Amino acid sequence: MATIKVQRPKLSAGEKIYFGAIFKGMVITLRHAFRSLVGKSVGAKELNSTGVGITMQYPEQKWDEELPEYYRGTPALVTNEEDREKCVSCQLCEFICPPKAIKITPGEIPTDDEWAKVEKRPKAFDIDMIRCIYCGMCEEVCPEEAIFLRPDYVVTGTTRKEMVHDKDRLYEIGGKRVGLVNKWNDLK
Amino acid sequence: MSENAPAVEEKKLPKDLAAENGMVNVQIDGHWIQVPRGTRMIEAAKIAEKEIPHYCYHPKLSSPGNCRMCLVQMGMPPRPAPGEDPKYGEDGYQEIGWMPRPVIACANTVAENMGIRTGGELVEKTREGVMEFLLINHPLDCPICDQAGECKLQEFSVEHGRGESRFKETKIKKPKNVDIGQNIRLDDERCIMCSRCIRFMDEVAEDPVLGFSQRGTHTSVTVHPGHRLDNNYSLNTADICPVGALTSNDFRFQMRVWFLKETKTIDVNCGTGANTVVWTRGNEIFRVTPRQNDDVNSAWIPDSHRLSFHELQNDSRLTAPMILKDGKHVEVSNLEAINKAAEGLGMRQPNEVAVIASGRQSNEELYLAKKIATALGTDLLTIVPRQGESDGKLISADRNPNTTGAGLIFGIDDPTAKLDAIREGVSTGRIKALIVFNENLLDEAGFKQEDLAKLEHLVTTHTHANPTAAAAQVVLPGAGWAEKRATYVNVTGRLQRANQATIAPGGTRDDWETLGALLNKLDKDYQLPSSMDSVFNALAKENETFTGQTFGSIGDLGVVITETGVTIPLLDQEKKRKESGIIVG
Amino acid sequence: MDTTLLIAAAIKIGVFIGITLSFVSICVIFERRFSAIIQDRVGPNRTMVPLSILGFKKDFALPIGGLTQPVADGLKFILKEDFTPAYVRKFFFWLAPALVVVPALLTMAVVPFGSPMQIGESWIPMAVADLNVGPLFVFAIASLSVYGITLAGWASNSKYPFFGGVRSCAQMISYEIALGLSIIPVLMMFGDLNLGHIVEYQAANGWLLLPMWGEGWTLERWLMLLPLGIAFVVFTTSIFAETNRMPFDLPECETELVGGYHTEYSSMKFALFFMGEYAAMVVGSAIIVTLFFGGWSIGFGLDGMLPIGAWWVSLLHIGCFLTKVTVFILFFILVRWTVPRFRYDQLMTLGWVVFFELALINVFLAALILAFPAIGWGGFIGGFIALVIVSFLLIKIAKGASTTTREYGAV
Repeated sequence: MATIKVQRPKLSAGEKIYFGAIFKGMVITLRHAFRSLVGKSVGAKELNSTGVGITMQYPEQKWDEELPEYYRGTPALVTNEEDREKCVSCQLCEFICPPKAIKITPGEIPTDDEWAKVEKRPKAFDIDMIRCIYCGMCEEVCPEEAIFLRPDYVVTGTTRKEMVHDKDRLYEIGGKRVGLVNKWNDLK
Repeated sequence: MSENAPAVEEKKLPKDLAAENGMVNVQIDGHWIQVPRGTRMIEAAKIAEKEIPHYCYHPKLSSPGNCRMCLVQMGMPPRPAPGEDPKYGEDGYQEIGWMPRPVIACANTVAENMGIRTGGELVEKTREGVMEFLLINHPLDCPICDQAGECKLQEFSVEHGRGESRFKETKIKKPKNVDIGQNIRLDDERCIMCSRCIRFMDEVAEDPVLGFSQRGTHTSVTVHPGHRLDNNYSLNTADICPVGALTSNDFRFQMRVWFLKETKTIDVNCGTGANTVVWTRGNEIFRVTPRQNDDVNSAWIPDSHRLSFHELQNDSRLTAPMILKDGKHVEVSNLEAINKAAEGLGMRQPNEVAVIASGRQSNEELYLAKKIATALGTDLLTIVPRQGESDGKLISADRNPNTTGAGLIFGIDDPTAKLDAIREGVSTGRIKALIVFNENLLDEAGFKQEDLAKLEHLVTTHTHANPTAAAAQVVLPGAGWAEKRATYVNVTGRLQRANQATIAPGGTRDDWETLGALLNKLDKDYQLPSSMDSVFNALAKENETFTGQTFGSIGDLGVVITETGVTIPLLDQEKKRKESGIIVG
Repeated sequence: MDTTLLIAAAIKIGVFIGITLSFVSICVIFERRFSAIIQDRVGPNRTMVPLSILGFKKDFALPIGGLTQPVADGLKFILKEDFTPAYVRKFFFWLAPALVVVPALLTMAVVPFGSPMQIGESWIPMAVADLNVGPLFVFAIASLSVYGITLAGWASNSKYPFFGGVRSCAQMISYEIALGLSIIPVLMMFGDLNLGHIVEYQAANGWLLLPMWGEGWTLERWLMLLPLGIAFVVFTTSIFAETNRMPFDLPECETELVGGYHTEYSSMKFALFFMGEYAAMVVGSAIIVTLFFGGWSIGFGLDGMLPIGAWWVSLLHIGCFLTKVTVFILFFILVRWTVPRFRYDQLMTLGWVVFFELALINVFLAALILAFPAIGWGGFIGGFIALVIVSFLLIKIAKGASTTTREYGAV
């Protein structure tokens, strides 16, 4: 292993006492604090903030219109053009989910259903939003392009039960999504 | 190998050394090994720890060689010209002349000085081609297919496939989701025509209802007209199906297999004690599949036994100890229930008490039951006989899983002998207190409801609510067969081990704990057992048939501890097929 | 003792403990807001008075900019689950937080908050206990809080808290020496250990570090500024170390020790550690102000013009004292966000090799200056030469020692 010997900088007697440097540091800190106090924080203008710091005042100020398309908010299920639920409950998302937030109960599509040829769909699909870490693994692993992370990030509730998104809620958030791969087309 | 053979003047050739033991020398991927004469090439490769991918081959079935997945390159020494002696190299082997075309490894047997290549360009290209053909009409509905995760087509297409499809045309449409039997669902699009199911129904189940129809790419598996796949062994076809063409109706869309935890255990629905694997997620059993044990159940299990696990998970399970107070059962603590039970039993005269154990109990529980009977001073100890008719395959006539064990532990030939005496004693009112372990007396035991009412003190353990429990003064909840570690002795005298797959519901304790606590109350000298193993060890110490055995020594496949002279019909049939060379076995 | 004094003592105990505790919450809001300002953030700015819990329809948003945040923090701490892990040594685990808070509050007893007040015949000193051994009492009691932290680390029965406790123990014991030695020149100067008298002297004759009025305009006082300045620096730095504040907060160094000695604590027990730390900070500031910056005195000779003993003068002085303390608390926070955390061996080197020797030499220097009138030029020069030689030798030894430490530290 190559050893590199680094020479420590030689300090003068004044520097060795350190007080000069510490004092200078405190002046810099104070100056910055003062600038911040009078509303001249760096980047305050660009971020549409109050000026007192670069923090946005969240409920009053929002950044929604600048959210990118790939923003990873709450996960949701989608339906295709023909309003078929795309999820076939293969449970890969449940498997991959790092915090084990997803719980699926698979179910069979009855033979008299319009989409009986798909055979399988979730009977229940629960995502515990207290557990969800918004990693997007479920979206990545989904072979049917049925689950997406939507830009909604305001997920609140006053009970634990309320924070578990069930199937209806997931479809409500996800809505219809067109132009995706459709494996269950007419040829199938 | 005969390294220590006496030194002879002329050095023996490897082929002669092998021939002395009925073996042949085979070179597999460059290494010479000795395998028994007549071994299939695929089995020889297994001995050499080389996996040859295959679909249609199954050691318990005949080998039609129709999937072509097991193609390997074979080579033999060149045939010497007339008058020419075979040439042997320095290592004593002849040079191998490799064949230009691959052969199937499943139906060909090995020969002396044969060479097998399970890899290499030719073999790999061949497999790639076979995989591509197999996948041409395969629908790729893995996300909804129950086989996904344990599908050989998935596994081999990853290992040996080319990774992408060149097939631009429309795939052939075949019937999907076909109801062909009570327990089996057929999806013809997924079928790769290996014919395992057809051969199983023909050769093992002896109910040939399946067959191929159509030709070429339109070939599909169907049931013969007018027949249905309603055989009691039909679910085995779903097990051996390498793809998801045949799936279990019971397990259909219940859970993906990769979530399931496997527990090796045994079946307790009859005296055969078929070896099984219980698949659980959390505390729920999702399915039971057979586990290969060539001395018990080969690789199969009847459907009726396989599906019996649902009974364990139904709503009528007892979950807490109860005692009768003012004509109503109230839940109490374990300690209180056991105290109450012991109180009512301990004050009786020995001839007023009887113990009805169960042939469904494990050896350890029967051992404790016998100790309880001894502590009470009574010799009225019995199990309830449960006879049925053998199906001539795996289901034995004795539907108790542990009649043999009960006989060994009670030390009598017929452990059911005292039942009549007890029944009579109860009905005449001579017997005032009765302990019943896991038996509903109104069923096979033949008791009458009014007889039970005559008892002053009835203590029962049950897994499920039933009329006997309803009549009891003390009811203790029992753990089901998948909820405890235990040993059983099957009809052939084989000691087998069941393992715990799930946890008993509610406040249910293991049966050995309940029995041990009860025994401790009745016999102050008896120390509470510290674990299941200690109960078994005590049994092994006292009973010479079990001497030397421990939980660990039993192993996954069990050990024979006694001779009963009973054989399992299915194994006899299999033996015949093996002797005639139809199957590998 | 007459009843007036008794009643006054009771009131003083109540008021001064109240002031200290409210200063703790003020510290918290200052810390949060000032840190936020330094870091371009906003900080807690929207805690309001939740009138809805009293039955009102709407919450009333007083324009107080989150001033009620400490109340909310406190409420949260009280209402949180108080979790005691199963593996801790229960008695000591419960004892430790109390041992941290109580000494910090006790030391406030001797600090004079304001000038004495005259009620009727009796003069009431504006300190709970007008002890004649003020600084000694402070050191004696303050050193007890190390037990709290060490006990917390040990009783938690877990690795990180244990390390934190050990670190804290070593650190506090090391700096206590420098702390005690550094103020000896101050006490020599006053010749008195009564903090009340010390402040009164400063009010009359100029603050210790600002000898600009009364008898302050003497050569001796101005010469003394050198040892006193050194004393101030050593003392203040040691207070930082004693209170486990940045840059000496190694006992709770997050990157290495999770939370340090209070890792296993939750709810109010954790809050007590927090309070103890801030109370120690308040006390430290109060002592610094009392010793070096004239305590309650307004300064510049103004105190002399006021009728000492009048109730409003006392109150004015209390206000002046608290203002000075507040400034020092802000100074504490400013240092926190300016100076990065030390390495542990650097901390130890600073304490044992630099401050200990410096304080020692400083004592002799101060003595030499104070003794000048008695010993004359000859003695002074002789003493000075002796001091220089001793200092040189000390520095020589110290350098050797610090090299060893550095090598040790590098292991």
